[in-house]
Amino acid sequence: MSALGVVGGVLQPLLVAAGAPLLVGVTRQVRARLEGRAGPGVGQPWRDLRKLLRKEAITPRGTSEVFRLAPLVLVATTLVVAVVVPFVTTDSALDPVADLFAVVALLALGTVAVALAGLDTGTAFGGMGASREMTIIALVEPTLLVAIFALSVRVGSTNLASIVASTLHDPARVISPVSLLAAVALIVVIVAETGRLPVDNPATHLELTMVHEAMVLEYAGPDLALVELASAMRLTVFLGLLANLFLPWGIATTATALAVLGGVLAFALKVTLLGAVLAVGEVFLAKLRLFRVPELLAGSFLLALLAVAASFFLA
Amino acid sequence: MTTTFGEPVGHRRTAQTLTPAELPGRAGSLLAAGSRLALVAGHDDGDGLRAVYLFTDAATDHRVELHVPVDRADPHVPSLAGISFPAGRFEREMRDLYGIVPDEHPLPRRLVRHFHWPRGWYPMLADAGEPPEFGDVDGPYPFRTVEGPGVYEIPVGPVHAGMIEPGHFRFSVVGETILNLKARLWFVHKGIEKLFHGRSPEGAVELAERISGDTAVGHTLAFCQAVEDAHTLLVPQDVQRIRAILRELERLYNHVTDIGALCNDVGHGILHAHAQRIREQLLRINDTVTGHRLLRGAIHPGGATIRQLPDLRELAAIATDIAEIVALALDHSMVRDRFAGTAVLTREQAVDLGTLGYVARASGLSVDARHDHPFLSSEFPRTRHTHTDGDVLSRFLVRAEEITASVGLIAALSGSLGGYLGGAAPAPGVGHPRSGVGIVEGWRGTITHRVELAADGRLTRVKIVDPSFFNWPALPVALADTIVPDFPLVNKSFNLSYAGNDL
Repeated sequence: MSALGVVGGVLQPLLVAAGAPLLVGVTRQVRARLEGRAGPGVGQPWRDLRKLLRKEAITPRGTSEVFRLAPLVLVATTLVVAVVVPFVTTDSALDPVADLFAVVALLALGTVAVALAGLDTGTAFGGMGASREMTIIALVEPTLLVAIFALSVRVGSTNLASIVASTLHDPARVISPVSLLAAVALIVVIVAETGRLPVDNPATHLELTMVHEAMVLEYAGPDLALVELASAMRLTVFLGLLANLFLPWGIATTATALAVLGGVLAFALKVTLLGAVLAVGEVFLAKLRLFRVPELLAGSFLLALLAVAASFFLA
Repeated sequence: MTTTFGEPVGHRRTAQTLTPAELPGRAGSLLAAGSRLALVAGHDDGDGLRAVYLFTDAATDHRVELHVPVDRADPHVPSLAGISFPAGRFEREMRDLYGIVPDEHPLPRRLVRHFHWPRGWYPMLADAGEPPEFGDVDGPYPFRTVEGPGVYEIPVGPVHAGMIEPGHFRFSVVGETILNLKARLWFVHKGIEKLFHGRSPEGAVELAERISGDTAVGHTLAFCQAVEDAHTLLVPQDVQRIRAILRELERLYNHVTDIGALCNDVGHGILHAHAQRIREQLLRINDTVTGHRLLRGAIHPGGATIRQLPDLRELAAIATDIAEIVALALDHSMVRDRFAGTAVLTREQAVDLGTLGYVARASGLSVDARHDHPFLSSEFPRTRHTHTDGDVLSRFLVRAEEITASVGLIAALSGSLGGYLGGAAPAPGVGHPRSGVGIVEGWRGTITHRVELAADGRLTRVKIVDPSFFNWPALPVALADTIVPDFPLVNKSFNLSYAGNDL
């Protein structure tokens, strides 16, 4: 374990946890301004979290440990991903875990935990949300794997740190067909995975249309705060992954203070920009009919598959 | 139908007293001749009960009332549910409120009765007294269970997320497809009809304005017309024009709200934000016109008074803005995809259920009280609707087209007023007991009020029928084979009133 890896392993989770609610605040604020509204300000998600954390913990009657553990599992898996994926530094604190399959599995674990919690409540909405989430995740996870796999083929390793490092050394790869196809596939997947338009509407209060929100309807107080924080962190992690897989510049390659500071700033800037772009895109989009979502995801899977094919034939 | 039956009692209205046995034949011939059952009301006359059936004919604007006195000790009427779907619902309402039993009703279950009202308590009877404590439930009221592999139920409400009135919806679903939807409303009986009793018509206006908060003009106008009909008051045409302007202003701000909300329900928030902006402009215009953002306080029995006429240039600019929002929504392929073909209410279904307003017009019906029961001497052309497929898109477009028509109508009416800001007909003298009917095309559809006045001019009975009473049953019908996530969108496209429905 290198010094650089340790620095990254400490800084990254702190940065993700502290910055994630701000990122959500930025996306909401950008959207509000574009719609001609004043908006609540970038700090509102943090204020909401503070309010929720001060409330008493309460769980619905009849729920089991699954319901109580799910928020913790969700936060924990996301934090582990934040530790190991090369966001700020190219070296990873736990290099074996910074593996493509391990990271995707960790993220899926969190999703499954929440889906199980939704089922555990025994309410119709929880089950409905879980059923929809599983439909979506069944299409999303393979795409995610295949898209990143396309990038790993030319590196000869599924280690994310290696993929990022190789892109740094050979910038021309970013504009290769493999990269572009994989990037588009990943963007669609991230939109679906983080519950944004056009797959899910994070701003809706209509129970019957919800996907992610339906599963967590029964959470309140500190548990809800954890779920909300984890959702924001997952958005940050996915956007960070997208940023560093395709545009890794600015990431710290040495353990000097200046390089690390540059890495932090570059990561924050890239993720904020991507978040803003996401919000701008959402203004122009509407929510797809639920039965059209698989068509969208199947399309993204096809792009990911093409990326893999291209990585063999165009290599 | 000709006016040779019964004695004339009001504007184009005749009344006839029948025995219960004569009712089905007479009602059947009226319906067969093309009349619509507009209203059924129970009455407590002290020594006996009385059911009143009001039929209206859209072609001739004739209104026929059938009065059926029944024995107080054993009140029974033959059910008309077999020949008219709305009649079946009116009968259940009358049974729940007055205890008048419809014989051989195909669905003899509670409709408006609250589940916890004690058995045998009928709130509209004169001797009903104060609302009782909630007692034992009035028997079981099971939902129709749909069985089969993979079928499950989603109960929603009566308490919802967001500012929505109470209603319980029970979806029977396989996967995401709705097999059956049962909407159970009537959780908040207000007794508003009874609050009218004993008031003078002037003193009851404030109640009429609050029957359904978003339909202040529609209900007040229907109530005032009913009172004027009872007194055979001739309201000056200029006053009627002012009333028509207010009615269209109410239509404007509500339709804009719905257009924005429909976009919001498919996740296209920016159009909702702009529709809200325009709605606010319209509410401020309402404020300058009447001194109240929801147009209260302008209409009263015999007259109407406003502070100033709406600024026509401002309205024209708003109409342009709305047209732009509608164009943006329809040009957006995802929004259009969500709207088109969703929750179709066929023309046949719309006719059978007796739907009214934009719901009916979106399914190709022409029902519109502005033309069927006009109170303006000059006739305006009916709005032509481009899409009448009965889907969400049609209901969206009907609203958009009505907005354009309303702005044009307001301009035409304002032009002929010449700065007139209101007045009133001379106050009526005191006379004998009488009745009146008011029919108005509110923004949701045809509103019907029927009032009875005592000799001293006080109200003894007010029956209110909001178009939502007719349109609610159409929602589950349209939703068959729609998917669950489309429900909020479809519900918004109907946008039915809970308050106007649960009186």
